[in-house]
Amino acid sequence: MSAAPTASERAAVDELLGSPESGWAGGARSAVDHHIAYGGFHGAESTRHLLLPALQAVQGAIGWVSRGALNYVCERLSVPPAEAHGVASFYALLALEERPARVVHVCEDVSCRTRGGRELLAALAGRDDVVPSPCLGQCDRSPAVLVQRAGDSDLSLWGATPQSVIAVLAGAPLIDPTPGHYGIPQSEGGAADLRLLHRVGAVDPYSLDDYRAAGGYGALSKALEMGPARIIEEVKRSGIRGRGGAAFPMGIKWESVAEAGSERLLVCNADEAEPGTFKDRGLMEGDPFSLVESMTIAGYAIGAQRGYLYIRGEYPRAARHVASALEVARKAQLLGENILGSGVDFDIEIRMGGGAYICGEETALFNSIEGYRGEPRQKPPFPTESGLFGLPTIVNNVETLVNLPLILLEGGDAYASLGTAESTGIKLFCMSGDIALPGVYEVEFGATLRELIELAGGPIEDIAAILLGGVAGSFVGPDLLDLPLTFEDTRAAGVSLGTAVIMPFGVSTDFEDLAMRIAAFFRDESCGQCVPCRVGTVRQEEALHRIVARAPLNGPAGELDLLSEINDAMRLGSICGLGHTAGSAIRSLIELGLIGATS
Amino acid sequence: MFGAGGGTSSYEEIEIADLIVLWGSNAREAHPIFFHHLLKGVRKGAKMYAVDPRRTTSAQWADVWLGIDVGSDIALANALGREIIAAGLANDSFITHATSGFEAYAAAVDEWTLERAEQVTGVPAAAIRALAHDYATAETAQLCWTLGITEHHNATDNVLALINLALLTGHVGRYGSGLVPLRGQNNVQGGGDMGALPDKLPGFQDVADDEARGKFEAEWGTAVPAEPGLHLSLMFEAMERKELRSLFVLGENPADSEADVQRTRELLDGLEFLLVQDIFMTKTAEMADVVLPAAVGWAESDGTVTSSERRVQLVRKALEPPGAAKDDLEILSLLAARLGHDWGTPPAEELWDELRSLSPMHGGMSYARLEAQGGIQWPCPDLDHPGTQFLHGDLWDDPPSRAAVPFIPTEWAPPVDELSDEFPIRLTTGRRLDSYNTGVQSGGYGSPIRAGGWIEVAPADGPRLGLAAGAVVRVRSRRGAIEVPVRFEDNLRPGLAFMAIHTPEVADVNVLTVDAWDPKSGTAEFKATAVSIEPVA
Repeated sequence: MSAAPTASERAAVDELLGSPESGWAGGARSAVDHHIAYGGFHGAESTRHLLLPALQAVQGAIGWVSRGALNYVCERLSVPPAEAHGVASFYALLALEERPARVVHVCEDVSCRTRGGRELLAALAGRDDVVPSPCLGQCDRSPAVLVQRAGDSDLSLWGATPQSVIAVLAGAPLIDPTPGHYGIPQSEGGAADLRLLHRVGAVDPYSLDDYRAAGGYGALSKALEMGPARIIEEVKRSGIRGRGGAAFPMGIKWESVAEAGSERLLVCNADEAEPGTFKDRGLMEGDPFSLVESMTIAGYAIGAQRGYLYIRGEYPRAARHVASALEVARKAQLLGENILGSGVDFDIEIRMGGGAYICGEETALFNSIEGYRGEPRQKPPFPTESGLFGLPTIVNNVETLVNLPLILLEGGDAYASLGTAESTGIKLFCMSGDIALPGVYEVEFGATLRELIELAGGPIEDIAAILLGGVAGSFVGPDLLDLPLTFEDTRAAGVSLGTAVIMPFGVSTDFEDLAMRIAAFFRDESCGQCVPCRVGTVRQEEALHRIVARAPLNGPAGELDLLSEINDAMRLGSICGLGHTAGSAIRSLIELGLIGATS
Repeated sequence: MFGAGGGTSSYEEIEIADLIVLWGSNAREAHPIFFHHLLKGVRKGAKMYAVDPRRTTSAQWADVWLGIDVGSDIALANALGREIIAAGLANDSFITHATSGFEAYAAAVDEWTLERAEQVTGVPAAAIRALAHDYATAETAQLCWTLGITEHHNATDNVLALINLALLTGHVGRYGSGLVPLRGQNNVQGGGDMGALPDKLPGFQDVADDEARGKFEAEWGTAVPAEPGLHLSLMFEAMERKELRSLFVLGENPADSEADVQRTRELLDGLEFLLVQDIFMTKTAEMADVVLPAAVGWAESDGTVTSSERRVQLVRKALEPPGAAKDDLEILSLLAARLGHDWGTPPAEELWDELRSLSPMHGGMSYARLEAQGGIQWPCPDLDHPGTQFLHGDLWDDPPSRAAVPFIPTEWAPPVDELSDEFPIRLTTGRRLDSYNTGVQSGGYGSPIRAGGWIEVAPADGPRLGLAAGAVVRVRSRRGAIEVPVRFEDNLRPGLAFMAIHTPEVADVNVLTVDAWDPKSGTAEFKATAVSIEPVA
């Protein structure tokens, strides 16, 4: 209880929060403190959102969060230690036990594990500074590794080998290995005529001049002339639907908040944690100004003055590039007060995730920003009524937002003429797995699965199954290769576009291993709030283990029945998408006959 | 001042009030249910002030904690009054309309400048000013207090000083604005309502009121003394003079709970006859000549209780009492029979209906209505009356329908047990969340946060007094000494110590406390004892 912080822990927290204002908030007790104290519930409520940043500050500076540091953060923010511990222990990137100053997280998820991840982990087995990790969003760079360094920024390591990892852990200097590489094979070929990705890899992400020279900030000027109502009208005409997975019409969502009487907020969801998904990473790393410009337009259109950009903790490079862009944009009067002399105020704050898949769910994301465990909320109320801090909130993901300049510059009708009637515009796909050129691919809506795989160099021939939409999506067989990847066609085929993950697996793939990994993933990432999901993800994994061990209870058919029953319970009894989809990929593998075959 | 003894507001009102002042009350620990209602108000945006020498777990919820020195409440209240008047924030129309004696009050508080109040209370003048302005300008304000106000030698004056503030600002008799003394048990209010006061008949009817007394005499067929009886403190004085030689104690444990408890025990020992009726073998029961085992009030008896918001609720018997234990009502009836009066064995409802016929404020509360409505708030004079959500709404009647309520100026006087070189530490007492009073009802149950008894002192006092955490120390007052372990708590300032009252068997705090009692209420000054603390060699 009474563990005290070290001087450096105190300094790390104070650097974020400033010096304590009184002896009641972590400072030395003075005579006046004996007779007066301010803050109370409302004080604690107003600073609670700083809990995760404060814990991250300690983690970053010290390499772990000791009991003393936790206590100090609690004193500073008036949070009960038990509650702060509940928050700290929610996030995988916060260590609550002492560990080496450098730690690497090695991806063991579906894409990396078949492309060197398992071997890398095996070679590093037994080290206390190596942590197996869920998808790091670097599926084009397998095997993916994230390095956490006490007192220094986190970095991603590409094409890791046991030797390179050991060298890093021994203290070798880390530099960005391939500065221009953002995982966009189409632009690296130089031939494609890209609309969303054309600047990625072609401009210096730190240079506003580059961005402007490539057409940047034209849309914001135009937006300020158009005014909010016309912007929303164009967005509605464009027919664009959200790219985060739910495919909700963006204009309709915006309209409902723009009419709210109270303060409203914009949140950009960059917590891109669905295994196999990395498209937003490339956009933020390679073209950060376009996200800043797009968020500014969105904020203006819905009448928000504050925007939050929640970036997953495993994206240090994306965060650095966007943070720099924010600073440059503020200096150029493109962000902050009185943007471009228009009288419009809007600013953006970056919040880093802490390593929790569930925080990609929008209401869990709100709780995470507010300083609570990232557990999803009941809906309704929907975010448009009561979202972040209880205010009407628009949540859009990165890819959705960066379509805005295109829509405004070319017009909603022109945008709507791209793609299909129901799935208008341009779509990014994340291609990894057994494929020649993994990376992010941009196509007009309507391209088929086969076309995309061919675009990424194939091969088509030996595909046994394709994971579509992430592990919350499902595996499809080669019979669906000619499925157009639109919202309507995937829906009709009983599958989901999800986060536009396309991950083909060849016939030699160990699908039982993949299924077990997916089951372990959901068991780990379930926030535990809803019993069907908390218990169901464990029971699902246990049943899979028995199937794989060829030791089923009540015969093989009994296990399949059980899995089906668990899946139903999770689908019907969970409040968020994690529980709804935790059984879908495994179920699809069973239906494809790739696991659990009874013969 | 107003007549009846009860809080003016309902729990519901603290949930919608704009300002909440919690004065001398650690409600989070001592009144946790009420505190839930309070927190609803805070969560809805009410600004909260806490006035307490300690920054208690209740005070930690407050926007502002005013850490007054023990026993300086009147100084603070008078300064608030002066500031409200000086700043032109007094509710002049209410004062004119509903009160009397304002000029005398204004003159009496005039010496209490913010600066003087800061000297006496220790609280920065700016914070006193802020509370004065916030209280006066709030649309609705709840002023709540408990034993931090009433366990002083000048308890009644403390309460009057607070009531004056409500009169000054019109924060009484309106929905959302009121005066809220919290009751420490589920039926303390009911005890007073039923006439368990030395000068009152049921329904707060004065024994000296011939007409009221006449009603009871006619119903009971016997004379009722017109002279007030003795309150607890006077009883002990009468015992000391050997005038009071026999005592019947029902559900009370004075052998542990009284201030200067060694003297209390001697006096109880010196009685010719001590009869105790209780559900547990308390320390007092152990001293008794005869113990009558009673049934538990809330599970083994039928009847009613009244909460702090004056809500009368039915309680129903669910279990037969164990062994020879009997319902209080049955015990009293049997006792009456032995004393030559055949009362029969009336059921609770029959007695309740008799009360309704004698106490106008209960007249409309039939068992059927109490059952159907889940309780009714008094006054409720007839069967068509809905009960009264808040008291004294008639203060606002236009034209006035009642006599003006007088301001009663109060003078600050420091605690009786003065600090000195020999006794330099101010010890105050109170409650903890998991325990109840002297531990009779809670000590039998385990709790992860209860560990015997101890004294709490400020961390800075440890080295000064040569104390080590956890070590046993000797605590001495002018009346006695005890030995207990010491803990350091940073919600205390140097020179202030705290003990809970729950574990007299290991931390007999009332050996230390002073039996200086308020002449009007009979309450002793449990909150202010001068002590010394030294390590046990």
